[in-house]
Amino acid sequence: GRADAGRERRDAFREELLLSPLPTGDVAATFQFRTRWDADLQRGAVSHYRLFPKALGRLVAALGVRELHLALTQGFWRTRYWGQPPLQAPAGAELWVWFQPAVTDVDKAWKELSNILSGIFCASLNFIDSTNTVIPTASFKPLGLANGTDHHLLRYAVLPREVVCTENLTPWKKLLPCGSKAGLAVLLKAERLFHSSYHSQAVHIRPVCRDASCLAVSWELRQTLTVVFDFFSSGQGKKDWSLFKMFSRTLTDTCPLASQSKVYVDISPKNKEKELLEVSPPPTSLHEAVVQGDKKTYAVYDLLSPSLFNTSRSLNVQLKWKRPQDSSEMPIPTLHAQRYVGGYGLQTGEICTLIYNTHPYRAFPVILLETVPWYLRLYVHTLTIITKGKENKPSYIHYQPAQDRRRPHLLEMLIQLPANSVTKITIQFERALLKWTEYPPDPNHGFYVGSSVLSALVPSVIAMKDMDVEQSPLFTSLFPSSDGSSYFVRLYTEPLLVNLPTPDFSMPYNVICLTCTVVAVCYGSFYNLLTRTFHVEEPSRGGLAKRLANVIRKFRGVPPL
Amino acid sequence: VCTSRFWFNYRHVANTLSVYRSVKRLGIPDSHIVLMLADDMACNPRNPKPATVFSHKNMELNVYGDDVEVDYRSYEVTVENFLRVLTGRIPPSTPRSKRLLSDDRSNILIYMTGHGGNGFLKFQDSEEITNVELADAFEQMWQKRRYNELLFIIDTCQGASMYERFYSPNIMALASSQVGEDSLSHQPDLAIGVHLMDRYTFYVLEFLEEIHPASQTNMNDLFQVCPKSLCVSTPGHRTDLFRRDPEKVLITDFFGSVRKVEITTETLSLERDVAAFESKFPEEELATEPLKYAEQLPVAQIIHQKPKQKDWHPPGGFILGLWALIIMVFFKTYGIKHMKHVF
Repeated sequence: GRADAGRERRDAFREELLLSPLPTGDVAATFQFRTRWDADLQRGAVSHYRLFPKALGRLVAALGVRELHLALTQGFWRTRYWGQPPLQAPAGAELWVWFQPAVTDVDKAWKELSNILSGIFCASLNFIDSTNTVIPTASFKPLGLANGTDHHLLRYAVLPREVVCTENLTPWKKLLPCGSKAGLAVLLKAERLFHSSYHSQAVHIRPVCRDASCLAVSWELRQTLTVVFDFFSSGQGKKDWSLFKMFSRTLTDTCPLASQSKVYVDISPKNKEKELLEVSPPPTSLHEAVVQGDKKTYAVYDLLSPSLFNTSRSLNVQLKWKRPQDSSEMPIPTLHAQRYVGGYGLQTGEICTLIYNTHPYRAFPVILLETVPWYLRLYVHTLTIITKGKENKPSYIHYQPAQDRRRPHLLEMLIQLPANSVTKITIQFERALLKWTEYPPDPNHGFYVGSSVLSALVPSVIAMKDMDVEQSPLFTSLFPSSDGSSYFVRLYTEPLLVNLPTPDFSMPYNVICLTCTVVAVCYGSFYNLLTRTFHVEEPSRGGLAKRLANVIRKFRGVPPL
Repeated sequence: VCTSRFWFNYRHVANTLSVYRSVKRLGIPDSHIVLMLADDMACNPRNPKPATVFSHKNMELNVYGDDVEVDYRSYEVTVENFLRVLTGRIPPSTPRSKRLLSDDRSNILIYMTGHGGNGFLKFQDSEEITNVELADAFEQMWQKRRYNELLFIIDTCQGASMYERFYSPNIMALASSQVGEDSLSHQPDLAIGVHLMDRYTFYVLEFLEEIHPASQTNMNDLFQVCPKSLCVSTPGHRTDLFRRDPEKVLITDFFGSVRKVEITTETLSLERDVAAFESKFPEEELATEPLKYAEQLPVAQIIHQKPKQKDWHPPGGFILGLWALIIMVFFKTYGIKHMKHVF
C-alpha cells in the first residue's frame, strides 16, 4: 500500500570526479554531486527533507522557481589552450533563473531570491538589481523540462567583481548529504582549491524526467566544482599528477548515502597513437563515450566496488606519462573566442570580440549575448561584424539600450560562422562621468564589464549515439541534445576592466582649505583696514609689578616699559 | 568589524579574524556572529598562500581556517549597513545571517578595527563614523532593549576617543590607545610582505588562547593585557556605565557562550511517526503525454521570433505643433469658411 511506497527511497545521491590532463600540462579536476528527488517541490506541502537540502528546497517552493543556476568563479578558462570546458562559468558570480508561469511579479521574486542566496552562500548577491539584470530573448533556454519558453520569466545577472573564497565554499559543502566528511568531498580543502588557475563552483536546480517514459517530474540538484591546477605552481614543473599532489588528501571511504561514487580519469589518446598516460592503481573498468563530439576513453574507479580498497585503505590515483610527450601541436578547439577593449584615453573606447571557428568544412551559428553596464554608452551604429574581410549580417539581432542608472545594455545576435574563419565584432562606446557618490571606495581599480556569452551547436567530429542520458558520465547529461550530430556548448569570454574618468576625491578638502585661507587673508586684512579705529591710550602709571620691572630693566640697561 | 580596504591593511583583517576565531572556539556559533570584512585578503591575488590569513610570522597560525562565514563582504561594509545591523532597522529581505537578532537578555561583543582618529573611524577610505553616531546607535539599542550588556573593543589609532561619548547604561569599553597616541602594528612577515597583526590585538589573542569555556578569568585581567612596555601605546578602558563590578564579570560572559543541555534517560521511538508521515504524500497526477526538454538553440524559432509589440505612444509635442502649423497655414491660405466643412 501507500506505506510501502513511502518507505522506498525517493531520493538518490551520486557523486563523480573527473580528472582530465590538459594539453599544457595542467590538470583539471571536476566534481559533480547529483541529488535527485522524486517529489514535486511545487505542489503539496513537502516538509520531510532527506538528501535534498532544505534551504534550497524551500526556496524553490516558496518563490516559484523552475530552474536555478548559480556559479561562483575565480579565474578564467583558457579555451584556446585547454580545450572545450565541460561546463564553463564567467568570472565572478553568475545567476540565471527561470520562474514558473504562475509567478506574477517576477522582478520582486528575483530580488528576494538574490537576497536569500546571498545569505546562504555568503556572497554579495544582494547587489543584483535592475542595473545588472537583463532578460535575454534567445540565449539561456531552460535546461530542464519545459513546456513553453516565455522569456519574460527568465532573469540573468552577472557580478564580475565578486570574490570567491573559503566562505563561499563552506556553505556549498554543507549542502552535500555527507558534508565534507566522507566520499569525494573530503578532497575539497580550501587551501589547495584556491591555489589554482581556475576555480568554479556551481549549483544547478532543475526539473528532470523521472524515467524513460517521462510522465513525472523529479527535481535534480547538481553541484559542480571545477578546478584547474597549474603546472608550475602546484605541479612544481612536473607533468605527473596524483590525488595527493593535487588535493593533499586521498580517498579513504565512500559516503554511505551515495548510490554511485566514481572517479573517471581521461586517458584518451591525443594523437591517435597508443596511450601515453598510465594510471595507477589499475582501474576497476574502462569506459568509452563520445563527449563533446569526440571519442574519449575513461579509466573508471568505482569506489563502491569492494575490490578497490582491498589492497590499501586509501586510494591515491596517480597519473604518469609513459614517455615524455614531445611538444607537439596542441589540439585547437572548434570554437573559441576572446574579447578585449581597444582605444585610448578616458573618453571613448571600443569593445572587440574575436570568434574563431576552426572546423575545416562545417559552418554553424552562434548566439552572442553581451551585457554592458549603462555607464559605457554603446553606439550601436558603430557595430560592425567582419568575417574573412566581408561584412557578416546577423540573422537575428536584439538590442535593448540602457537607461541611466536603471538598466544595462543588452545585445544579442545570431551570427553564422563560416568554416575555418575568424569573426571580428566591434562596437564603440563612450565613458560616462558618474556622480561622486556613485564611485566605489576604490574607483581607480576600474569598472568591470561582465563576460559575454556564446551559445552554439558545434558539429561533432564523431556522431553521438542516442544513449541513455542518465547513465552517461558527467556533463553530457546537463545539456540535452536533440540529435547526435552536434553538441551544445556555452562559452564565456574574458571580463573587461575599464577605467572611467575618476575625480580626485581629496579635491573638496583641498579646495576648502585653500579657499578659506585666501578668504581669511585677503578679506580679513581688508576688513581690518576698513573697520579698525585707532585711539590714543593714556600711559598708565603702572602697578607695583611694573615699577619693579622697570627697576630691573634700568639695571640691565634696557629701556623701561 | 574590519573597516579597511587594500592589501597593506592585511593586519586589520587578521585582527578581526583572530577575535572571530577565539569567539568561535569558545562556543559562539556562526548564527550568532556577524562578521564584516571590508576586503578580501585570503583570496587576494597578492597573497602568496591563498585561502590563508596568518597572525604570527613564519605562518604559524592560520586564523582564516576552513569554516569561516563572512556576512558582510567588501563593498557591503559601510557605515549605513553597520548602523542598521546594530539598530535592527534592516530592509525586510535581509537574510537571517546578516541580522543581529538580539533581545534584552543578550550580551553583545563588538570589536572594531581599522584606521581612526580623534572621534572617528574610517570605513573603506571613503566615509567615517563618528563617536557621536556610535553613542546614539547604542542608545537606540538600549531603548529598543536590544542588549543586556555590551562590551566594545576598538583597536585603532586614538581609539579611546570613540568611547568618550557613550551615555547608555551597561556598556564597557576597551581601546588600544589613548587620544593623541597611535596604535602600532606588531611584526611583518617577509614572505607575505605586510604587517600581520596590531600589537594590542596580538596580545589580546595570546590572552584569549588561554581561556577555555569554563575559565573564571574576569575583566580586570583583560584590562591588564598589553601594558605600555609591550604595546607602546596606553590601552584604556571605561567601566563607569557598567552596573556590575568588572571584577565579577567573566570573560566568557562576552567571548563564550553557554548552552543549556538537559540529559534525559527516556527513549523516544521515531519509526512509527516517520512512516505515517511519509504515507501522507499527496497522490501525484501523472502527465498524459511525455514532457520534453527545451531545445537549446532553436535557430529557426529565434530568427522568426515576432518582434515585440511596440507600445503606442501619443504623438510628441513637436509632431503636434507641426501639424497644428500646417493646418493653420492651410486655412489661412484658403479661407476660414472651409473649417465648417471639416467639422
